[in-house]
Amino acid sequence: MGHRTPLYDAHLAAGGKMVDFGGWDMPIHYGSQLEEHHAVRQHAGAFDVSHMTVVDVQGGDARAYLRHLLANDIDKVKAGRAIYTCMLNERGGVVDDLIVYKGDNDYRLVVNCATREKDLDWMENQAGGFAVDIHERPDLAMIAVQGPEARAILEKVLCEAGAKAVAGLPFFGFEYVGEWLIARTGYTGEDGAEIILPGIKAEDLWQRLVDAGVRPTGLGARDTLRLEAGLNLYGNDMDEDITPWEAGLGWTVALDDADRDFVGRAALEKQKTEGHRQLLGLVLEGKGVLRAHQGVHVPGGSVGPDGEITSGTFSPTLGKAVALARLPAGTTGTVEVEIRNKRLNARVVRAPFVRNGKATYKPL
Amino acid sequence: MSEIPADLRYRDSHEWVRVEDDIAVVGISDHAQDAMGDLVFVEMPEVGVVFAAGDEAGVVESVKAASDIYAPVSGEVVAVNEALEDEPELVNNEPYAGGWLFKIKMADSGELKEMLTADQYQEQIDSE
Repeated sequence: MGHRTPLYDAHLAAGGKMVDFGGWDMPIHYGSQLEEHHAVRQHAGAFDVSHMTVVDVQGGDARAYLRHLLANDIDKVKAGRAIYTCMLNERGGVVDDLIVYKGDNDYRLVVNCATREKDLDWMENQAGGFAVDIHERPDLAMIAVQGPEARAILEKVLCEAGAKAVAGLPFFGFEYVGEWLIARTGYTGEDGAEIILPGIKAEDLWQRLVDAGVRPTGLGARDTLRLEAGLNLYGNDMDEDITPWEAGLGWTVALDDADRDFVGRAALEKQKTEGHRQLLGLVLEGKGVLRAHQGVHVPGGSVGPDGEITSGTFSPTLGKAVALARLPAGTTGTVEVEIRNKRLNARVVRAPFVRNGKATYKPL
Repeated sequence: MSEIPADLRYRDSHEWVRVEDDIAVVGISDHAQDAMGDLVFVEMPEVGVVFAAGDEAGVVESVKAASDIYAPVSGEVVAVNEALEDEPELVNNEPYAGGWLFKIKMADSGELKEMLTADQYQEQIDSE
């Protein structure tokens, strides 16, 4: 038996098909992944993401510590805003990607569940010489409510202060309402919020959301939604041997402050000069489904594959297969993907594929 | 509980066969479609192709994964379900009716005896 979130019984009651996910028993879907996907794009869906690891970082050196640990610079945002970043090893490879919710003197980090132990070890190892307290919060649950109607429904479901917060938050803004952290963040390419709250309160909020018409949505749709939105998945699109440059995450690397010597900086600067592969979007022109690890051939390339799909799926919104693929720098036009010993044409595009319910990709 | 009609024969790889004279109508079981999740693409054999029992005959792809479909009996493909091109979800919604995949003109109807009965297929699922 795996770990269970406070919503385990609610998932079973809703007909959730439970699977092992990084040691947790989580719902992959509640009947139809496709219907759940469309519900999030068109109305609102709720995700139990309580399996993710919440870590609070406090102490006099918290700011200096995080500016050392993270490739993005928390100084770029003010308190009350979230920032997406990677933490890197000395080779510039991605140890994990995470969100930092920046408070006045405190920081809340949300890291992946599959990488929990190595992340916590890494964070402790990097804390030498810093006066920081790194404190995991297994007592907290996390619910994401996503979709064009998500915030309007949350305004009705939450207490007055919570409703006010949800209504007024800017994109990537957050507010503490009592013990609840309410953030306008997500992993779907739709508007919405993520709520980190005491585990004992999670089932009540979940039930109120469902009663208000929000559709329980499983990890299956979470994956197709994030891929349509062009958002990376750790372990698929990047890992410890892949740098942010090679994972389409250059925008999360802050090199502006030359005095900030974050872990992996030297390796990133070296690779930036030498050149590197790119993570680009693909849209399959014909019928079929793109999947991770399929080989990609570029025009005039070598005999073997020149690149590889890192995440691929059938996009329910577009009705065609889409993928992220690691390709030689500057690849444009049409490439060929190896699918079961056949080569099918795919168009190289700039992701995201879908944002706010609409196709957004641009041919390269 | 998934549905397993008693009048069909099954393969351990989850295809079913319905016999209509010398024609074998082939599909995948309710259990298989449920395990795969929403289907989004079906790659069919071409009409006229001749299979030996056990040959790879096509592929069904769900949002999650691709699965090979094997010819349950030997013979020539005489029809494919073209409705699945636009509505692969028929396999999810009606696995034993509108979601059939293709039809084979059987070369040897004796092969049917080697396929599983509904009871045997149920036992196999229970032991998985």
